[in-house]
Amino acid sequence: MNVTFTDDELAFRDEVRAFFKNSISTKIRERQLSGIRLEKDDYIHYQKSLYKQGWAGVNWPTEYGGTGWSAVQKYIFMTAAAEADAPEINPFGLNMVGPVIYTFGSDEQKQRFLPDILESNVWWCQGYSEPGAGSDLASLKTRADLAGDHYLINGTKTWTTLGQYADWIFLLVRTNRDVARRQEGISFLLADMKTPGITVKPIITMDGEHEVNEIHFEDVKIPIDNLIGEEGKGWTYGKVLLQHERTNIAGVARSEVRLKNMRKQASQSIRGAVPLAEDNNFMRKIAAIEVELKALEYTQLRTLAAIASGKAPGPESSILKIKGTEIQQEIDALHMEAAAYYALPYVRAQYAAGFADEHIGYGSETKTSLTYFNFRKASIYGGSNEIQKNIIAKHVLGL
Amino acid sequence: MDFSLNEIQLMLADSIEKFIDNDYDFNSRQQYADSDTGYSAAVWKTFADLGWTAVPFSEEDGGFDGGPADIMVVMQRFGRGLVVEPYLANVILAGGVLKRAASSEQKERWLQPMIAGDLQTALAFLEPQARYDIANMATTAVADGDDWILNGSKGYVLNGRNAQMIVIPARTSGEQTDQDGITLFAVDAAADGVSITDYATIDGHQAAEIDIADLRVDSTAVLGEIGKGFAALDAAIDDATLAVCAEAVGIMQVLKDKTVEYSKSRMQFGVPIGSFQALQHRMVDMLTDCEQSQSLLMWAVMINPQGGAEAKRAISSIKYQIGIAGRKVGEEAVQLHGGMGVTWELDVAHYFKRLTAIGQIFGNADWHLDKLAA
Repeated sequence: MNVTFTDDELAFRDEVRAFFKNSISTKIRERQLSGIRLEKDDYIHYQKSLYKQGWAGVNWPTEYGGTGWSAVQKYIFMTAAAEADAPEINPFGLNMVGPVIYTFGSDEQKQRFLPDILESNVWWCQGYSEPGAGSDLASLKTRADLAGDHYLINGTKTWTTLGQYADWIFLLVRTNRDVARRQEGISFLLADMKTPGITVKPIITMDGEHEVNEIHFEDVKIPIDNLIGEEGKGWTYGKVLLQHERTNIAGVARSEVRLKNMRKQASQSIRGAVPLAEDNNFMRKIAAIEVELKALEYTQLRTLAAIASGKAPGPESSILKIKGTEIQQEIDALHMEAAAYYALPYVRAQYAAGFADEHIGYGSETKTSLTYFNFRKASIYGGSNEIQKNIIAKHVLGL
Repeated sequence: MDFSLNEIQLMLADSIEKFIDNDYDFNSRQQYADSDTGYSAAVWKTFADLGWTAVPFSEEDGGFDGGPADIMVVMQRFGRGLVVEPYLANVILAGGVLKRAASSEQKERWLQPMIAGDLQTALAFLEPQARYDIANMATTAVADGDDWILNGSKGYVLNGRNAQMIVIPARTSGEQTDQDGITLFAVDAAADGVSITDYATIDGHQAAEIDIADLRVDSTAVLGEIGKGFAALDAAIDDATLAVCAEAVGIMQVLKDKTVEYSKSRMQFGVPIGSFQALQHRMVDMLTDCEQSQSLLMWAVMINPQGGAEAKRAISSIKYQIGIAGRKVGEEAVQLHGGMGVTWELDVAHYFKRLTAIGQIFGNADWHLDKLAA
């Protein structure tokens, strides 16, 4: 047993760290550090810098322009990204539809879509969730009726993150309603967001942000060339999509950075107050989360080691999403606790680019509550934590 | 990065698992625990013959040069078997100070016979007033010519009932809670001035309260330097903390497995209770606690050899985790077994009790969380 990196892995870590140090623009770095919301161009700029380095397709095989990295290299990369406060990438193209296309798409579809995904020329968004189909995804109702050389789409998709920026959407739609199991008769389609009949309606979340959308489809004509794989097999493709990136969903490295920053901030006197580090109750809460997070870090490393040695991830991998999101949310709550009264001012404008007036609160104190409210989503999305427990009960415990 | 066991560890794991499966069923364990000594002398001899008592000692000392990972392999499996033989008291605690502080003559006199299974030993690391602070020591040793005169009391001396030699730390200088000024003495348990009141503990193990009144020992009893005994004592307690955490993880895994199996066969309302979602999610939480504990244990074991603050932090982290998650898993196992779970007859109750005892010793969750918060 050991967790030491090989010399090659250490050299790789140096390379990755140097990249993040030198390649993130000052503008993005400043926005990240002061909690200012990134704009579409910021994300694209960052993702293109990864592309230029050959690092956009972290999980992709080399034949499609991916890195072909080992599990350990991916871990090193994710950790370095978190340490450098790098932006999150938009996962819908690179991590979700990309793998589905290179796994199940035709050669023509691969040539048509993959290069633009890799190069971040096209912004993708998701179309699997529906207003009536949350955790019970197979109950989706958006229908696609075959009409000659195209499908006619009618229905509503929802929780579409940053769909307002999107050029393309991937869709799970029902092509057959006369099926024995609801998982059958679902197909996987790709749609250009400029197609007539598609309308994007903002959903404002409780933090006041426009991050997610509802997307309506009214007699939208989608060429049959945009069908991935076989008609009626979309459920299988969708499952692959949702399973992708499982080992990175826990956000361990980002949580570690946040806790380190919290300890640092707790040692300072803010507005002349007694440093929080002298409040043993508060420090015990940090320590308790640190223990949970350290455990999760090693649970993740055990998963990566299993993958690296060619084994299927064991039961330890299935708990990553649940525990990872619980820890993120605990850290959110603790940040709010640290801010006390200064978690309360609702001053979203000061976190938008170009804000020039007097800033209220120390650092991003007044953002702590907004982050707390926003990230209640973490235990709901990606298959709610309750659904994850159902999956573990069935597939790991055999219940 | 490698979480797998090496060849020697796999062999060790395999031989212990075979022994537990074939020769150490629950009923035998209960008989051993209820016997006069509180363990089986025959089983102890087997441990020694198979070399398990030699694991953490250097080749020079007659051992296998094993490290914390090897002890993890042993203790995790002892947890699965709910072993009552005094491995912790002899090998980890008394052995832990002997290997660090004893001279080669002293090792020949006490350590090698212990490893061979011929000598029962103990370490009196605790005083009744100390709670979890092992430096809190009121027992005194005063020089009298070449001899030392010891007075004081010790509590919860594991294996105090059977030990022929007991390591007694005593204060030779300094204030009651100073780390400096503690000296280790190897004492004959039958010596005049040593009175031992032994008792069973809730977990099927045994311990003793020891009163020391005008006990006279000569200079050959002194282990290591005068006044410098704390380092060896502290290191042995760290080893023991890691060891019981490994044992606890083994126990938690058994309790989780037994609970899941039981829920598949126990019928209520015409269906197995494992089909109820409310119970399924609780068992998933038990699994999560087991996996998280296993992960932390591996971290603590892997960084232990490098020593220093990080190794200490890792020990406190895993002991805190075991305190919280161990209690949770134990209580849930009993709850999901229903009425049967609270009976003496069912092994689940005894696994739970051992887990509870582990939570109480070498610093509870609060004690270690305070260290981590600092």
